[in-house]
Amino acid sequence: AIMASSAVAFGEMAPGDVKIMDMKVSGSLTGVPGDPAEGRKVFADRKLGNCLACHAVSDQSDQQFHGEVGPELDGVADRWSVDELRAIVVNSKAIFSEQTIMPGFYTLDVGINVRKDLVGKTILTAQQVEDVVAYLATLKE
Amino acid sequence: GACSATAFAGGPVDEQLVIDGEIEMTTRTAPPEGHPLDELISGWHYRTKETRELEADTFENPAMLYVEQGEEIWNTVEGTEGKSCASCHGDASESMAGVGAHYPKWDAEAGRPINIELQINKCREERMGAEPYAFDKGGQKPLTAYIKHQSLGEPMSIDLAEGDMQSWWERGKEMYYTRTGQLNLSCANCHEDHNGEYIRADHLSQGQVNGFPTYRLKQASLVSLHNRFRGCIRDTRAEYPAAFSDELMALEVYVTWRGTGLSVETPAVRQ
Ligand code: HEC
Ligand code: HEC
Ligand code: HEC
Repeated sequence: AIMASSAVAFGEMAPGDVKIMDMKVSGSLTGVPGDPAEGRKVFADRKLGNCLACHAVSDQSDQQFHGEVGPELDGVADRWSVDELRAIVVNSKAIFSEQTIMPGFYTLDVGINVRKDLVGKTILTAQQVEDVVAYLATLKE
Repeated sequence: GACSATAFAGGPVDEQLVIDGEIEMTTRTAPPEGHPLDELISGWHYRTKETRELEADTFENPAMLYVEQGEEIWNTVEGTEGKSCASCHGDASESMAGVGAHYPKWDAEAGRPINIELQINKCREERMGAEPYAFDKGGQKPLTAYIKHQSLGEPMSIDLAEGDMQSWWERGKEMYYTRTGQLNLSCANCHEDHNGEYIRADHLSQGQVNGFPTYRLKQASLVSLHNRFRGCIRDTRAEYPAAFSDELMALEVYVTWRGTGLSVETPAVRQ
């Protein structure tokens, strides 16, 4: 399946069990190291992270359209630690504010009337979150 | 990185829309009292030069074909009563001038607001003995476009003092700020907080309704307002309400108010 699956794989942390403390999610959600190359794809893929919809990043200048709703992510790993980046991707509302437009990618705290086939499912799988975080960690200046 | 792939949108263009060099359109205006935005701006200002030019010239505007189709329907007899719209309303350029700029209107019989599409269906059922159009079907889009086009340039305004309009406005407002779907987004997130910015390839506007039905180049056809509403809700990965449902009528009342004073642009051209 292209979409995140509700079935939490063995050894993965379920969305409801992820603790955000001091703006951090400490430690991997899966125990499997993130793959930055995979994360780079998830970042651009409109059906997955679609992070490019809102964030520009020079590393992906091969992609035609970058949004400007959020900040440019060049050098983002100089500004945030890996555990902070994981918290931002998991549930940005817990880091920025309830008002942020940025979706939470591994949370079930979502909007009303969720499309039926997506109820109880997160936007990304735990491993995709790890992959994206590994990719963000490469964005240093 | 100073050299990024971003092409900054730079917000709405500072230009004036004059249709056929004659009709000066109000595409920027001061908001009504209690409005969250400082200035109301038509979606026209957020489109590319090519798209803006298509709308400014009625001969170039691809949607004018639909308006002509609407005129034909206006004059066509249908139903058991042997009547056309023209049988009762005569010349639309007179009888319908300015009418479309003031919908949705309170319908006392129905006890709810109705839009032009629903008014057309009322006349078809009650006066012509014809079947109501199903959503987006039959002559609904062209006839709606034809009627709204008779208000080209007229500033939109609706009467919230009629009937129960105010409570429908409240309900629509509630919807506008409610986050929907897996992506957890409200209309306001995109159209109030981030208009003027690119979201991937799309330059976000204020999401104004003054151009509907609107010609979308992407779909190469005329798009109705409730279709657009449903598309935006669907994009948040939510289930979306039926066209003409109470939810979408409330939203139409509220969003139309949010564009108070903007000229009717029907048929507008968008990307
Ligand atoms: C719909 C818009 C949107 C999407 C989609 C989005 N973001 Fe964001 N993001 C924002 C905004 C806006 C901010 C700035 C915080 C704020 O103002 O709420 C932000 C902030 C961030 C930050 C902190 C940046 C800094 O320099 O401080 C990171 C990291 C981030 N986002 C990563 C991601 C990743 C990774 C994805 C995809 C998996 C993503 N974002 C998808 C809108 C978005
Ligand atoms: C037999 C007469 C008759 C026919 C045929 C008829 N109408 Fe009407 N129409 C009326 C009357 C009477 C009203 C005003 C009362 C009402 O709202 O029902 C009206 C109202 C309207 C209005 C609202 C005007 C306003 O000021 O708000 C519109 C728009 C309209 N008709 C469009 C149409 C269209 C389009 C057709 C053809 C599909 C049509 N009508 C066919 C009699 C007719
Ligand atoms: C994820 C972002 C997003 C959300 C949420 C969203 N829209 Fe949109 N909307 C867009 C984009 C992109 C367009 C096309 C570009 C533009 O005109 O802004 C658009 C266009 C529109 C238009 C057409 C504007 C014109 O000038 O033709 C209307 C009306 C509209 N939206 C209303 C709404 C309403 C009402 C809601 C909430 C139910 C909503 N939108 C939610 C992104 C969004």
